[in-house]
Amino acid sequence: MSGIFLGMPVHAPRGVGALRGAEPFPVAARTALANTQLRRNLGHATATIRAKRAAVVSELDDWEELRRAGEAIKTATMTRLDEHLEQLERAFTARGGTVHWARDANEANEVVTRLVQATGEREVVKVKSMATQEIGLNEALEAVGIAAYETDLAELIVQLGHDTPSHILVPAIHRNRSEIREIFLREMAGVDPMLTDEPRMLAMAARAHLRRKFLSAKVGISGANFAVAQTGTLVVLESEGNGRMCLTLPQTLITVMGIEKLVPTWTDLEVFLQLLPRSSTGERMNPYTSTWAGRHEGDGPRDVHLVLVDNGRTATLADEIGRQVLNCIKCSACMNVCPVYERTGGHAYGSVYPGPIGAVLSPQLTGIEDNASLPYASTLCGACFDACPVRIDIPSVLVHLRAKHVEQQREDHRLPSAEALSMAAASWVMSTSTRFSAAEKASRIGRLLGARRGRITMLPPPFSGWSASRDVPLPPRESFREWWAGRGGATS
Amino acid sequence: MTSAKEEILGRIRAALGESRSVPTVVPRDYRTHGSDEPGSPAVLDLLEDRLVDYKASVHRTASADLAGTVRQVLAALLPEGGRVLVPAGLPPDWVPDASTDEGFDAPTLDGFAAVVTGCAAAAAQTGTIALDGAPDQGRRAITLVPDIHVCVVRAGQVVQTVPELLARLDPTRALTFVSGPSATSDIELQRVEGVHGPRTLAVVLVTD
Ligand code: SF4
Repeated sequence: MSGIFLGMPVHAPRGVGALRGAEPFPVAARTALANTQLRRNLGHATATIRAKRAAVVSELDDWEELRRAGEAIKTATMTRLDEHLEQLERAFTARGGTVHWARDANEANEVVTRLVQATGEREVVKVKSMATQEIGLNEALEAVGIAAYETDLAELIVQLGHDTPSHILVPAIHRNRSEIREIFLREMAGVDPMLTDEPRMLAMAARAHLRRKFLSAKVGISGANFAVAQTGTLVVLESEGNGRMCLTLPQTLITVMGIEKLVPTWTDLEVFLQLLPRSSTGERMNPYTSTWAGRHEGDGPRDVHLVLVDNGRTATLADEIGRQVLNCIKCSACMNVCPVYERTGGHAYGSVYPGPIGAVLSPQLTGIEDNASLPYASTLCGACFDACPVRIDIPSVLVHLRAKHVEQQREDHRLPSAEALSMAAASWVMSTSTRFSAAEKASRIGRLLGARRGRITMLPPPFSGWSASRDVPLPPRESFREWWAGRGGATS
Repeated sequence: MTSAKEEILGRIRAALGESRSVPTVVPRDYRTHGSDEPGSPAVLDLLEDRLVDYKASVHRTASADLAGTVRQVLAALLPEGGRVLVPAGLPPDWVPDASTDEGFDAPTLDGFAAVVTGCAAAAAQTGTIALDGAPDQGRRAITLVPDIHVCVVRAGQVVQTVPELLARLDPTRALTFVSGPSATSDIELQRVEGVHGPRTLAVVLVTD
């Protein structure tokens, strides 16, 4: 191994992709909180999905066993990630596929752009993928005159509305039916002017709109929910059939995937195909799951590519506490239960990864200085951990990142960052302000209680119910409020 | 110059450091088998219940009456003049006047109203049918573009759980798992059946 690898972890580069917001969280959150329509849409949608999830999770009496297995499989995968990736490459290549590696968003965009240009096509159809949003692929393609059509209904709503996604599973969760109807009437060429706001009618309008695109598409671009290292099998879960269209009908298929999305064996998938649909859409199984292993003679695309993207993931892996965030299967259960997300919505987080997972993933991918306010965008209530199908201890990672940020500032003898300062200017409104500061004080008492062992087993209310079931890591000595107040911040 | 691959692998090794050698034991005490045998009446009932819950229709038949049942189901669903497509390996007596797939392009596939196929296996607990591209199922596109999919599932192909289903499938084939007709929950989280995939899924369940 060459010496260059032993240097500082390499984060996702600035100036490309969608991991950083234009405004820090508290500023963006304040704007969002002023929007009552948004709050109503979100409250309705998250309540609906919480109820559905609870119902299908309670059907399985081995749910906890599945969660523990899922956690362990992912953890085990990460400790041998290099071997699994090489195995995946060998298996996928042996079956006629081509594997490309990309250190960051820029390189991934270059690879995909080159592959599309080689086909001579000016249009691609896309199935919803977090990775391609993260790297800003659509913008990169557009810059060279290639049009990327989103085909997932929610992504279509976002794209036609000149909007950005606000939820990883239901990107248009912030829109209600009548807003969607208006967008369709305005932006969809040839749409029936009598279109009602009935969801079925809206879905049929999308079907008609995209049908011709699918039938003539020559290049498809997808992400992957899982990749099986041993067999070279890629897996996409979806609902509408737009995924199957993109994966099956074009001649060229390009799949962009983060390097953490592996599972070692086909058998491992039996755990995740149970955990993911129930946690995400609250269904026993999503309508369609497609798998492919390289190229399949006489069936589907002839030219099959896989682009493996780092973009800050190895930097995340380097943090022994933070790395568990890479176990995430992007189900979105944590945002659906999060009291902060329910009030602010996804846009406030700035990154394509909103909610609790975004608060711990985005700052690790970009380096904490670029998303410094996100680890504070939480009340540490613990609901995200309970909902997480792979048991990611998000509250612990949040606390860890806060401590890391404070530590970094101290080491650098730096003044508080722009993000941190702007938090002082914002009214902090995650819950009522008194409840919030009381909770933070309580968490500081926790530090005193646990000062010797580094872990605490009993917390005062409101955390006592939560800590009864698990150990809580030590919060940093200074709470956020006290921290900025000590730097001259005005209380709101 | 170092390749992207070498550099990423190097970064991973540097990031893992000592923790690389720490083994993790995966507990597998979740259910890997159902309480009922594959093909048993309880498993078939469960499959039917789950399929109907996801707005697929289920038509039971004995194998002696299979061809007749398939034709009946088609007759009830087909629009006037609607043409039927079948994969090359489907028994020819099921739908005698159907066209056999010859690798038609997508716009041609769009001219068919319905497709009839077999399946590789099914899981009752989730109402999932798996297709693996065998001769009685054909390539993936034929079960995608036509608006009606009539799928024949035999009792012996039905297991109770997801682990049993995966154990029956070959991960090196192109697989499609179908759980009800295409659907979306993207508008106010309300499930709407029928978007881009077949809007009608009819399952002919052969009970013997
Ligand atoms: S952190 Fe857990 S709950 Fe949140 S999206 Fe990832 S897997 Fe789902």
